[in-house]
Amino acid sequence: MKISMRKPVIPVGPVHPLQEEMEYFQLTIDGEIVTDIDVNIAYNHRGIEEISETLQFDQVPFLVSRICGICSASHPLAYVQAVEEIANITPPERALYVRTIINELERIHSHILWAGLAGHFIGYETVFMWAWKYREPVLDLLEEITGNRNNYGNVKIGGCREDIKPDIIPKLLKELDLLEKKMDMLTKAVLDDPILHARLKGVGILTKEDAIKYAVAGPTARASGVPIDVRRDDPYAMYGALDWNVITQEEGDVFAKTVVRLLETLEAIKIIRQALKKMPDGPVMTEVKDIPPGEGCGHVEAPRGETFHYVRSDGGNRPVRHKARAPSYVNVPSFKASCIGEEVSDAMITLAAVDPCYSCTERMAVLDSQTNALICGFEELLRLSREKTERIRKGI
Amino acid sequence: MNDLLNNLFWILIFPGFVFTVTCGLLAGWVVRKVTALVHHRIGPPLLQQGYDVMKLLGKETLIPEAAQKVVFIAAPLAGMSGALVLATLLWRNNFATNIPYLGDVIVALYLMAIPSLALILGSSASASPHAAIGASREIKLVISYELALVLALIIVIIKAVGNSKVTGSPLYLSSLAAVTPVFSISGMLAFLVAILCVQAKLGYVPFDAAEAETEIAGGILIEYSGALLAIWQLMQTILLIAFPLFLVTVFMGGFDAGTVSALLLSIGKYVLVLVLLILIKNTNPRMRIDQVMKFFWYYCGPVLGFAIVLAMLGNAYGLGWL
Repeated sequence: MKISMRKPVIPVGPVHPLQEEMEYFQLTIDGEIVTDIDVNIAYNHRGIEEISETLQFDQVPFLVSRICGICSASHPLAYVQAVEEIANITPPERALYVRTIINELERIHSHILWAGLAGHFIGYETVFMWAWKYREPVLDLLEEITGNRNNYGNVKIGGCREDIKPDIIPKLLKELDLLEKKMDMLTKAVLDDPILHARLKGVGILTKEDAIKYAVAGPTARASGVPIDVRRDDPYAMYGALDWNVITQEEGDVFAKTVVRLLETLEAIKIIRQALKKMPDGPVMTEVKDIPPGEGCGHVEAPRGETFHYVRSDGGNRPVRHKARAPSYVNVPSFKASCIGEEVSDAMITLAAVDPCYSCTERMAVLDSQTNALICGFEELLRLSREKTERIRKGI
Repeated sequence: MNDLLNNLFWILIFPGFVFTVTCGLLAGWVVRKVTALVHHRIGPPLLQQGYDVMKLLGKETLIPEAAQKVVFIAAPLAGMSGALVLATLLWRNNFATNIPYLGDVIVALYLMAIPSLALILGSSASASPHAAIGASREIKLVISYELALVLALIIVIIKAVGNSKVTGSPLYLSSLAAVTPVFSISGMLAFLVAILCVQAKLGYVPFDAAEAETEIAGGILIEYSGALLAIWQLMQTILLIAFPLFLVTVFMGGFDAGTVSALLLSIGKYVLVLVLLILIKNTNPRMRIDQVMKFFWYYCGPVLGFAIVLAMLGNAYGLGWL
């Protein structure tokens, strides 16, 4: 029998046992302590950016909403903001309020979904089932407003496809009241449970220095005491006109991330209430003509952090370059800082604590199948991208 | 010859395999149904537990290439045999109280350890890193709760010594079935700790670190499939009857089936223990294995030490409620 002297490796993947997405974490262990972690993502490259360049400007939102089912309001909004920057379009104020409300509803259901999954990860099935039950009315509200529980396809260049009809608003407010009570209860239950404290406090700490070094985004950063939030730092939609707080915690452990997400849910309810009150009457669409040549950026605070879209136009009806960067892409590498030195059981919840969305992280690499060498390495990509930039510059 | 046939009947038909497994499948359904109701779910139909086992028996049984095949196959059989003998022993002690000696509490303790040991052996033999972690956690789990369980039983034995109703040795299960220590402070403390030990023995949350489906993908059972997995499930089914029955026998005055009202009371005792187990299962997250160890040694240990002192004081001064 061949005896291997390699250290034992605990494989998590290639299909996650719980999140049912493609990823592969190799935890090198010594006893129960994780000594190293190797992160493999991008098993399912869909070529969204490439497809986007073959579609017309107003078709792209429907494509980018499919980057991730949960962030299906944030990605299109970021893209649309980039295009509006190119064409210098200002949507009507009511449309901006509608965008704010839909994005906050998305944040609520995403955070509740995470809370449930986190419960499932640590074997707390009751929290899993209850949280997902609380999430249902939010999805129903989204369906009532936009026609879909996910992949709303509501945001358009120059405004919104569907308005929030006045007869929905009382129901919306009522559901928000009910949800606030339930979330209050869930938050208190989580904050007071001694066994949850024992399982989550001091686990998977991402220090403030590491958070800045790995440039993490969203609740992952805010739980480590880095107060970044696009909604406040560079207000889009109507966030600048509303009164709300950026939730931060200093500890950086899984418990802090839980607290940040639960409190952000309550904060989102506050935002929606204000937006519904302040929302003016009027149209939700402006006339959009051609998209002139130029380039624009849009960024949106998605539930997991900043999602960034870059669009370049040559004056035609298709983007010549569209680049999307989702927050999980920066959050996932921080496992190197937070997981090493933890026990396996703690590492598993730490891996889940950044709320990784693997579909957001798909990138492509070309390998030589014989030698496993990277054919399209950094240097080559840099050369290719410079060549392409030159080509485009000549074209404009 | 007649004795042998009788013994076989006891072990295989009543109150052994057929009877216990039938009750166990029903109890398993109760666990799943109540859990589902706590979760706001509908839950499985009555026969689902039986369907699961039958279906597994018909599935292909995979044995890993690197596994120690003999141990891998023998472990579930050994585990189930242990559980079966334990169940038969407990039922016989409750049903046939006229027979003076049918095994004592120490025999029961040994038999209760066999399923865990079989799980450890089986998963260690399966050559999977997940199973190795599961096995090491199961070992730590056994080390954690065995001491607490023994201490809890010592309290029961002390209570039996001080009780004038006990005629045989206080170690006999039939003697222990005659007393009800839960109606005293020390006995209640011992019962509460013992129910946590049973929770750990059954591998229920918060003590399911060895299986931890969402962490190590099933841990100890990860490489088992088909008929062998069905045997593990049958073992769990039998244990779901045997462990609460042990608590009923030792702490709650035994399982008396002499009259209809006594039978209903006995079933009530069993259901009470089962409901407690389900409630603990559904209101807690999984504890880390080092936390489990600390919990049983540093918290349950001193509490039981205190309870032992109380029980002995109670015996010395004739205060039954202490």
